[in-house]
Amino acid sequence: MTKNFLSNRGSHAGLILAAGALLLTGCGKNDGGAGGGKKQAIANIGSDTMVNLAIAWADAYSKVDPSVSVEVNGGGSGQGVAALINNSCEIANCSRKFEEKEIADFDAKHPGKEPKEFMVGYDALSVFVHKDNPMTEISIEELQQLYMKDGKLSKWSELGVSNIPGAKGDEVILVSRQNNSGTYHYFREAIVGKKNEMRLGTVDMNGSKDVVDLIAKTPNAIGFSGMGYATPAVKHLRISKKKGETAVEPTIATTLDKTYPIARPMFMYTAGEPAPQIKKYLDWIVSDAGQKIVAETGYVPLPK
Amino acid sequence: MAPLYLMQTSVTDKQTAAPGSVAATRLKQQRGRVEMLAERVIEAVIHLCGFSSIIFVFGIFFFVFREGAPFLAKLNLGEFLFSIDWFPTSQTHAKYGVGALIVGTLSVTGLAMVIAVPFGLGAAVFVSEFCSGKSKEVLKIVIELLAAIPSVVWGFIGLTVMAPIIIKTFQVPIGVNMFNGALLLALMSVPIMVSISEDALKAVPDSFREAAIAMGATKWQLVWRVLLPAAKNGLLAAVLLGVGRAIGETMAVLMATGHSVRIPHSIFDPVRTLTATIAAELGETSKGSDHYQVLFLIGILLFSITFVVNLAADLIVKGIRKQ
Repeated sequence: MTKNFLSNRGSHAGLILAAGALLLTGCGKNDGGAGGGKKQAIANIGSDTMVNLAIAWADAYSKVDPSVSVEVNGGGSGQGVAALINNSCEIANCSRKFEEKEIADFDAKHPGKEPKEFMVGYDALSVFVHKDNPMTEISIEELQQLYMKDGKLSKWSELGVSNIPGAKGDEVILVSRQNNSGTYHYFREAIVGKKNEMRLGTVDMNGSKDVVDLIAKTPNAIGFSGMGYATPAVKHLRISKKKGETAVEPTIATTLDKTYPIARPMFMYTAGEPAPQIKKYLDWIVSDAGQKIVAETGYVPLPK
Repeated sequence: MAPLYLMQTSVTDKQTAAPGSVAATRLKQQRGRVEMLAERVIEAVIHLCGFSSIIFVFGIFFFVFREGAPFLAKLNLGEFLFSIDWFPTSQTHAKYGVGALIVGTLSVTGLAMVIAVPFGLGAAVFVSEFCSGKSKEVLKIVIELLAAIPSVVWGFIGLTVMAPIIIKTFQVPIGVNMFNGALLLALMSVPIMVSISEDALKAVPDSFREAAIAMGATKWQLVWRVLLPAAKNGLLAAVLLGVGRAIGETMAVLMATGHSVRIPHSIFDPVRTLTATIAAELGETSKGSDHYQVLFLIGILLFSITFVVNLAADLIVKGIRKQ
């Protein structure tokens, strides 16, 4: 748990580690003198949600093809798009599609080319409660009223839930993430709305796994985390768009057919057709080996 | 010239062999010069060691200030210090109010001291006055061992062991809260308090004890009326060092306080401290952004708080000395 806690601390720390690892492998190769010639560097910039996954890919790929070094940077999807437009990266990580304005900017800089989209996996969030909590489903509206600043809901009785075994009092303990994590950003955007603020007083955990661990020990709690972080000590809720509508179980299948409302595809973009080395990397990412890493890091792999 | 001459004679005095020979005298003169040079070099090194702490403190202050300073121009100091709206990553209007974080830090530290001071001073009195021989040695070693536990381990204990116990025992909705954090901070600052207060009590001359006992004082009267007043400077220093330890602690409070931006209404509410906010958020802010600079401003604020605590300690101790 402690290890996870530390590893989730910052993408920058992760980057430094990844960069260090790449440097080390680079040195080793030069000493051996086997390959000769310079390593080809692929700059990979963008989404913070995807940064841990992108680092894991880059790390694993350095063993698959030692002649290529993938250098990952976070900063947000917007930064990745800007970097691709300005030719300062080969691959942009994007947890959303290109916006129209961005496509226009891209066309102005790269006449005759189009941003080429590669879907590389999905990011699905589960809403978790304590395993003894009788609640089975919740609507997006209710989640919004819980997590929004000045939202109307703050008691379990207001959600129609009473007698949670082990719970003390009626207060809903809202578990959230630190305010610059990708998960936090997506949740705020998808649930609370871009124009609204999150409620102050949420318990902000420093990693996806920590959220689940805390909920497991706190019968009053509700929280969100990546689907892959579910444990037997917590229960995920089915999610409906509005109260009364059908609630959907978070599974890989419902993520893929888009009936589960808090999931989104993750993309990588290149400027026009990718160069052979980069194409090879992207092909590896969507291969079984690359998709296995998607599942391992808590995201949803592409359908087979 | 004079010091060299003195040095020379002292060397000659020590080495009394062949005082008549001119060559021998010259040799000794040379050796004297080498020793003088070595003396100067060592002196310079020791000077450097002495000043290095000052250089480091100012260096750290300079770098922290340089990172945070650009935001000072945009800063509304009143809002920064007193607003509880901490929305550093808001897309529409970011707000940087650290009022709740200041309250969090002060309340956790305060509660920690309420727990730690009686235990720390009590333990020191017991070890120094009531204990002897083997049990004293064992106690001292164990207390020092307590100081050797890393803070992340404390945090882990708070999160996994104490949180469920607190929920059950006190019938509260959440186990990671101010009380949990304060309990850990108290445990972490007790060792430092015990060892310094014990030294302070040891420094009270035995004649005080003998006089009190001769007057027919009981053990309790001896401790309460004689030893504690006599050692009050040292005891105060011990408490303030404990306060400093508690304010600066990061990892344990990050894990055990719940890390929630709010003004606590009871000791079982989760809170968030200044240190934990820096630790949790600095890793993922882009360098040079407003959020990044504000986090460094929080660093400056922490620096100022500890500076004021230390200065107050100094002044109080000096004031007591004058009386």
